Amino acid sequence: MNKYRAEKLKSRVAWAIAYFFAVIWLLVTGIPFVFMVLNSFKGQFEMLQKGVFQLPDSWYPENYIHVVEKGFFRYFFNSVIVLVISLAILLFISACASYPLSRMQFKLRKPIYALIVACMSIPIHVTLIPVFKMSTKLKIYDTLWGLIGPNVAFAIPVSCYILTTFMQTIPKEIEESAEIDGCGKYRNFFSIILPLAKTGLSTLAIYNGVTIWNEFSFANTLTQSKKAKTLPLAISAFQGEHAMNIPVIMAVLVLTVLPMIIMFSILQDKLVKGIMAGAVKG
Amino acid sequence: MKSSKEKKVSLSKSRQRSTRIAATVFLLPVIAIMAIYIVYPIISTFDISLYDWNGISAKKTYVGLGNWAKLLNDRNFWAAFKNNIILVICSICTQIPIALLLATFLDAGGKKVNFFKVVWFLPLLMSSVAIGFLFSYALATNGGIISTISRALGGGNVDLLGRAPHALYAVIGVIAWQYTPFYMVYFLAGYSGIDTEIYEATIIDGATRGQYIRYVALPLLTPVIKTACILSLIGSLKYFDLIYVMTGGGPGTATELMATYMYKLSFSHFKMGYGSTVAAGMFILVTGIALTIQNLVLKRRGELV
Repeated sequence: MNKYRAEKLKSRVAWAIAYFFAVIWLLVTGIPFVFMVLNSFKGQFEMLQKGVFQLPDSWYPENYIHVVEKGFFRYFFNSVIVLVISLAILLFISACASYPLSRMQFKLRKPIYALIVACMSIPIHVTLIPVFKMSTKLKIYDTLWGLIGPNVAFAIPVSCYILTTFMQTIPKEIEESAEIDGCGKYRNFFSIILPLAKTGLSTLAIYNGVTIWNEFSFANTLTQSKKAKTLPLAISAFQGEHAMNIPVIMAVLVLTVLPMIIMFSILQDKLVKGIMAGAVKG
Repeated sequence: MKSSKEKKVSLSKSRQRSTRIAATVFLLPVIAIMAIYIVYPIISTFDISLYDWNGISAKKTYVGLGNWAKLLNDRNFWAAFKNNIILVICSICTQIPIALLLATFLDAGGKKVNFFKVVWFLPLLMSSVAIGFLFSYALATNGGIISTISRALGGGNVDLLGRAPHALYAVIGVIAWQYTPFYMVYFLAGYSGIDTEIYEATIIDGATRGQYIRYVALPLLTPVIKTACILSLIGSLKYFDLIYVMTGGGPGTATELMATYMYKLSFSHFKMGYGSTVAAGMFILVTGIALTIQNLVLKRRGELV
């Protein structure tokens, strides 16, 4: 009995210590967000004079209105267009590629798969100059179209890796019985494998969606004017105009994170799953 | 008898051929895009690395291996490489242990601690660029978070990003802030992958929760931890966005990484010839290190089951 009580006490103490550190990490994570949101409501001088953690004088979203008026949604919709088109192409072609890689027997299967997977560790910077050159030559420099190719290409390795692993779990018998009923390889893919791979595809869409939404290097290299810049570039564009007006920049930051937070609250579990699926890459 | 056998052989052959054709058709788009956007550019980068070229004019001077000789003696490049290595070591030593502790706490706490989980997850939703901008203000000498806290405790303003030795560690701290939740989610998935029966059996055998974690769960998580370390290694060698936005590699070369160095050479100073050499050198180093470590740590990665 005594031993039991000692154990219980020990466990209580352990939990107390654990909570203590948990709260510390909560502050480490949370304070920058609080800093961002509080200051986005302040005036330019209000922030520095009154201290950064004071509540703002008024919660009127003046900075937000300013940012929206200065064309924030242009960047936003550019990002949406790039995201939607890239994702559609990416998901379709990686599903196509994963089908033979996971379910057909041919000689070059393993080498091709290994090669695709090996591309995961390639730094994008090694391709930056030639892709830049190519885009200017093809006249897609400074257009949204120029961003789609690189976005798709660099997401292919992870996507094929995840989808191939996923499609391997679909039982072989389903396909075989369809084949006996006279289904060809192509019909098999569209009417059986693709619908069954839906969960895999949706996780993939989320994982790659986050990556493409936040993509910076190619966007920064391949675009120049506002008509083609995506959301990650909006921040530096606004900073160029309002370097000294920190609250305006905080408002831009809040607006760029907001869509993700809304998505997160709707799709919390799926998002976590998507990020996890991406985590298996190596 | 014989003819049926022949028929079988030819049937299986024609089947093989139709499989080959179908496989080619399905693989073609992916292979084409990767050839255009990954394979060709890599070859082209190695080619440009042999020239002196500003990226705009038609004048390209062939310099042979001159750029490569320059790279080997380029102190800035090796300083950047050293910073990359420091980043690798610090990232693995901070992000992974902290993430493991957080995941353990969440796994043991269950639904009760859901609030912690949601807040801890938040940095993952921000882009590196947004985080870079946020922290360049949050760590500012005047009106930054750390300075405010230090003043409240009676100290003075703290200049974290402006001076050489601190700047790199300050940035590494921000990167840890950004990526710890990623590994936390990853380890959490690892924990939930452990069969509940194993947990129950351990508890029935009289073990405490702490003993379960130490002697049962952690050994089971070892492969997950190894993969996380490799991910962190490769990510740190390629790192770019946040540092480019926050410090631009400065002050001096204090926070310069291979990627930021390459980018600035090529797109700010328009030395695309030498920039390509740096990019190619970076490619060799990153791929070489990644492949070596992968082979050492995980023998059977990338193989089909």
